[in-house]
Formats: sequence, structure tokens, C-alpha cells
Amino acid sequence: MSSISYRKLSGSEKRRKQISRIIRYLIAVIMIIFAMFPVLWTISASLDPTGSLATQQLIPENASLQNYQALLTSDIFPYLTWLWNSLKVAVSVTLLSVFITTATAYAFSRFRFYGRQNLLKSILLIQVFPATLAMVAIFALLQQLGTYIPPLRLNTLTGLGFIYLGGAMGINIWLMKGFFDTVPKDIDESAMVDGASHWQTFTRLIFPLVRPVVIVVGLLTFIGTYSEFVLARIILKSTENLTVMVGLYIFQNNQFAQKWGEFTAGAIMAAVPIVVIYLLLQDYIVGGLTSGAVKG
Amino acid sequence: MGTTSAEALPVKPERKKPSVTISGMFIRLIILGIFDIFAVWLITSMFLDGYFPLAIIIVIITIFLNVSFLREGMYPFRWMVVGLSLMLLITVYPIIYTVFLSFTNYSDGNLLTQQQANDQLEKQQYLPESGVTFSWTAFQTPDGDFALWLVNADGQSFFVKPGEPLQEVTNPEEFGAVDGDGIPLEIEGYTRLNRLQTVPLIDTLAAVDFGDETAGDVVRIRNLDSASQTVNRYQYNEATDTMTDLATGTVYTPVEGTYTADDGSMLNPGFWVGVGTKNYLRFFTSPAIAGPLLQVTIWNFVFAFMTVFTTFFLGLFTAMLFNDLKGKKIIRSLLIIPYTIPSLVTILVWKGMLNEQIGVLTGILEATIGYSPPWFTDPTWAKIGILLVNLWLGYPYFMLVCSGALQGIPDDIYSAADVDGAGAWAKFWRLTLPLLLVATGPLLIASFTFNFNNFNVIYLYNEGGPPIAGAPTPVGHTDILISYVFKLAFGGARGADYGFASAISIIIFAIVVIITLFQFRYTNMWEAGDDV
Repeated sequence: MSSISYRKLSGSEKRRKQISRIIRYLIAVIMIIFAMFPVLWTISASLDPTGSLATQQLIPENASLQNYQALLTSDIFPYLTWLWNSLKVAVSVTLLSVFITTATAYAFSRFRFYGRQNLLKSILLIQVFPATLAMVAIFALLQQLGTYIPPLRLNTLTGLGFIYLGGAMGINIWLMKGFFDTVPKDIDESAMVDGASHWQTFTRLIFPLVRPVVIVVGLLTFIGTYSEFVLARIILKSTENLTVMVGLYIFQNNQFAQKWGEFTAGAIMAAVPIVVIYLLLQDYIVGGLTSGAVKG
Repeated sequence: MGTTSAEALPVKPERKKPSVTISGMFIRLIILGIFDIFAVWLITSMFLDGYFPLAIIIVIITIFLNVSFLREGMYPFRWMVVGLSLMLLITVYPIIYTVFLSFTNYSDGNLLTQQQANDQLEKQQYLPESGVTFSWTAFQTPDGDFALWLVNADGQSFFVKPGEPLQEVTNPEEFGAVDGDGIPLEIEGYTRLNRLQTVPLIDTLAAVDFGDETAGDVVRIRNLDSASQTVNRYQYNEATDTMTDLATGTVYTPVEGTYTADDGSMLNPGFWVGVGTKNYLRFFTSPAIAGPLLQVTIWNFVFAFMTVFTTFFLGLFTAMLFNDLKGKKIIRSLLIIPYTIPSLVTILVWKGMLNEQIGVLTGILEATIGYSPPWFTDPTWAKIGILLVNLWLGYPYFMLVCSGALQGIPDDIYSAADVDGAGAWAKFWRLTLPLLLVATGPLLIASFTFNFNNFNVIYLYNEGGPPIAGAPTPVGHTDILISYVFKLAFGGARGADYGFASAISIIIFAIVVIITLFQFRYTNMWEAGDDV
């Protein structure tokens, strides 16, 4: 290719690039519509005072918060209780799980003991078995444990939380252990020479250093437990014990078309905490998600 | 386990405050002691009730905990004992128990151990033709609870309430004024029913077991004039392992956990027993099950593959499209929103939008092209609908992943391709895609395994429907294996078959393990454990 013809091409290439950019923005708009339409439509439904699926319009007349009010004051569906249940379970599982996983990962990273490699590998292998697959056994486990330890009965939030605790522990141990490994060991060794115990080294020195990964693991655990459906569906029975996800499912199953407005209001209120967390901490979570998935 | 910490970091003795260590150890021992007492009680009760697998796992956890805290050499395990014990109980035990269940007939009618089933059967009572007979008078509380005044053939009087033992009355006047037959006109808290009041209640009364059921001391009303003490109906014979109906003399022999008579009649409840590989063989031996199950399995693979395929390519497409566009960050934030909403919420919203009668998309499609597909009632369209919804849910993930991976591809290889005169198309197929696949391969496999068991989208979209006609177990055209397991175990309408459901779980597990081992080979994850 001669340099002259190259320059000529570059001129038409500029135009082509411009056209391509316009096309790409157009596609972007279409994609955004594809992504946002259901979301906007849900928001509009929740504001539509006619409240039914059949009569709903994209831009509701007389938009109001009537559906939200109706849902929150409903006698049949204790929506706020469901939301509160979900938050209780998700927060306590997150705190406990993060605490336990951090301690375990610390030991894997800092101590050398017989069988360490094999234990690490076993943890990873066990994690391959998704909890949903063992749903029958988990149901039986709570049935049997609950006979002796009442808080771990079926149809209790404590029982559900207990099962969630086992949930993603394995993969989180791996994630955290990997992060602990990046913290130089000299730090703890010098601290221990100064007479600090392992516990003091861990709480005062190492934990502050690994806080970012603790936050990621905590957020992922929170999102995972808050959104979980199938185990909660199996374990919880009575209306006042449901989590918001199971509650929404039962709500739409009973009165789908008529109470569409109320359902969408409930859906939005249930989704908002998670969406906000995601959008605010996008980079954190995405990093954790992808590296977590690479590891398992 | 004595050599456990041979290479452990030196554990510094607490030189500065030795007293803390001693009192710390004291507290540790007390807590451990309390836990052990509780554990021993738990284990004993579980063994007595026949929950052997659970009891054994609790034994293991208890020993592990004690050893970790009592042996100095096990110091590292003190950090891990809670986490590992929880994993053992909540993750490992259910796996083992699922395997165990898959070899039993554990199901709705066979939940109990044989001992428990025998106990329940032996508590059942019947009213013999002969036996001690009473004449009776009914009393009723304002709440509608009944009590009986009984007089036997010798003129002896008794007072009896449901759930309480028969009370012999020597002096009826204690209860208040009596009539000519020596029956009180009124008992505190109760009013006496006369014959006219009793007649309409006779069926209600006959259904009540008066007396102490647990002691087998029950009186039932036989007719308007007489009541009689019931006797145990069934008797278990340990020598022959049979159950005899004392009312009829029929002998029942246990067949696969159910007492069955020669004429085929069965007793309820049954109990669970091992059935060997029967649950697994059902795939092959029963054509009625094998047919739909094969259909489910094929769709399961198609669903997982198509989901990964479509989400990956749409994600890649968007990532490449916007990679060097102005406002990329805003576009990304908007496009990521579907991914952030809990999937249950989005699936249910889509379900509303696609509703065949009144959904908004149905309306739009009918207004524009005059046809809207039957998204839920037609098997093929239901599958397309599920893939569409799952695409919407899943592609932002791959958009994020791919835009990260795209930035990792060095620019100079494209310059090299330019020099070689490669077109955009060739660059994509020869360079970008292969490099991306290497970078995202493990994630693609992980996504495949996740979607292989993506219960939510299947169940919430249409509960696996539309149903496959003529299948012996409830199963639908869009069911995947895991939702089929759910239906078998918790489906509701027909009896739950936990044994069979567990067998399918194990088969899914086998499939997932094979895929995952492949993934492990793909990545250097295995080695990641060895490096330090």
C-alpha cells in the first residue's frame, strides 16, 4: 500500500468513524430502552392509581403513592414485616458470616499445619454442590435439629439464617485467604516480637488492612441472602415469618392482575436497597464478583 | 494429629500477663464444658430417636471442637473450628444425607422410623363388639367441650373428659344434686344434656375419644345407650416382624416400609427403609418417567448453553460498542441496572409484561404486528420467553466482564494486524474473541453451572409449565432438573417423594462436578492453593 492511498482512505475513514459513532449511540439508546423499559414500566405501574395490570398506562394519569399506601397498610399482607424479616436475616447472617470467614481465612493464610492444602481444596470442592441441590436434606436437617433446638425449627427466621450461614462460606474463605496472602507476613511477625498475641495482631493490624475485601464479601453475602428465594420458600410457611422475596412471590401468585400496582410498589421497595448498594459500590462489587468467580 | 503444628508459626507465650492466660483457660474450659453437656444430651436424644446420620455428625463436631481447644498443638484450628464445623453441618452433612436419602424410600407416607411407625400404629384404638359397657349421659361446657358420666353394669359411676384419665366416682353427690338414677343434674362448668339435645350431637360425640389416649384408656360412644372402652387395634410381633390387626385378625407384613396384607391393603403410616438403587433405576425401567425426564435433561442443557451463549455475546457486543464512546460510564450504569435488581423481582415483572391477556408487551405486539406469542401456554414460546428474560437479567454481567477483559488486550497486537492488512471482522474473530475466551473461559463455565441449576428463572416464570400431558409425576415443558426435584419434594399436590428427588439431585451433582473439574483444569485455581 502506498502512502498516498493510505491518506485518502483515512479521509473516508474519518467519515465512517463518525457514522459508526452515530450508529453506536443509536444502538446505545436502543439498549438503554431495552434495559430500562421494564424498570420504568414497573415504577409507572406502582404510581398508577388504577392499580390493575389491565388498565395500566405507561404514563399514568393522576400519579400518586396510593399503591404504596395500600400495600403498607394492608391487613392481609404484612409487607413491612416481610421487609424487616429480610433485613434482620440478611444483616445478622452477613455479620456472623464475615466474622467467621475472616477468622478462618486468617488461619489458612497465617498458620502452617498438617493437612492445610487438602483442607483448602476440600472446601473448594464442597462448594461445588449448590445448597439448592440439597434442599431435601436441608429441609430434613432443620426438621430434625428443630426437635431439640427450637430456634432452628422449620418455619423460623433463625433456622433460615442458620442455613444461609453455610451458604457461600467456602468461596468467601478462598477470596479472603487470597487477600490475606497479599499482606506481608513481616507485619505480624514484628508485632508478635513486640509481644502481641495472634488475636491482637489480627484485630489491630491485619483486619484494618484487609477491610476492602471484608466489605466486598459482606456486601455479596448481604445481597445473596437478601435476594435468596428457594430455600426461604421451602423453610418458611406462616405469613408473618416470610422474607420479602417469598412474600412478593405469594402476593403475586394470589392477586396478580388485580393488585398489580401494589405488587410493583412492593417490588420496587424490595429492590431499592440492593440497587442502591450496587450502583454506589459498583467497582468494589464487580471486582469481587469477577475475581470470586475466577476462583470458583 | 500430634504433629499438626510442627511447622506452625512460633506461638508466642504470653509473657506479660500470665494470669490472663490462666483465667482465659478457665473460661475456655467452662464454656467447653457447658457445650459438651449440651452436645451429649443432643447426641443421646438423636440416637434414641433414630436420627443416626445427624447424631454422628454432631459427635464428630463435638470431638473436633474439644480437641481444638484442649490441645495446644491444634491452636490454628481454634480460628477455624466454628467455620469448619458450620460447613460440616450445613454443607457437608446435607450432601451426605442427600446421598443417603437417594437410596431410601423416604417420602410423605414413609417419613418415620419403623419404631416410630409401630408406636403410632399401636396407639390406634378400636371399639370391640364386646367388652366393658357403660350407659352414658353427656355434659357440655359453654365452649362446646364434652364430658361423659358413665355407669357400668355393676352400677359403678365414672366421670371422664377427653385427654384425662377415667375418674371413678364413689359419691355422686359430691358433684351436686343427683336425679333418681344417681346422675348429677349439674356439674360445675358443665350443663347436662337431655336426650333431645343429645340426639343431634350423637355423631360429634361418637368422634370424641374420652379418657387418656396416651395410656390407651379410651372410652367411645357406641350408640345412644351404650359406651365402651376401646382396645388397641394393632399388635407388633417382633419375632416375625409383622403387625396384626386384632379387630379382624389380618396379618400385615412390611413391604418396602409399608405394612401390607395378603390382599394388598396397607397400613398408614409407613416407615422408611433402604431400597438400594431403585430410585436410580426408575430412570431406566419406567418409560413413563424416563420420557419426560429425558426431555427435561435435554432442555436443561439447551437452556444453560443458550443462556451463556446469548448473554455472553450480547454482553460482548455492548462492551465493544461502548468501549471508546463518550459517556461510557453513564451508559454502563444504566445498562447494569437490570443486573442489580434481585432476579425474583425482575422475573415477576416480566411475567406481568408478557401476560397473554393483558400484558403490556402483548398489547404493544398486537398493536404493531398484530400477533403476540402465547408466552406461557405454548412450550416453545415459553422456552423462548425464559431465554429472553434470562438474557435481560444476565448480559450486563458479561458486559462488565468483557469490558474489563477488552482493556487487558494490548493495543499493539491490533497494530500488527493492521500491518498484515486484517479487516475489522477478521480482527474480531482471529484476535479479540480468542483472547477474550481465554480470559473469560472460567467465568463462562461458572455461568453455565450456575444456569444449569437456575431454579429461580424457571420456577418464577411459569413454574416449569406448561405441563407435560400424561407424565406420572408433575412435570412441565420448561422444567429443568432442579425445578423437577423441587416439584417432586415440595410440589404439594401429590405425595412428596424425597428419595427419588434426592436421586435426581445426585445425578445433577455428578453433571456439575464433571463440568467443574473441567473448569479447574482450565484455570490455575488448583495451583493457587499450592503456591504458599
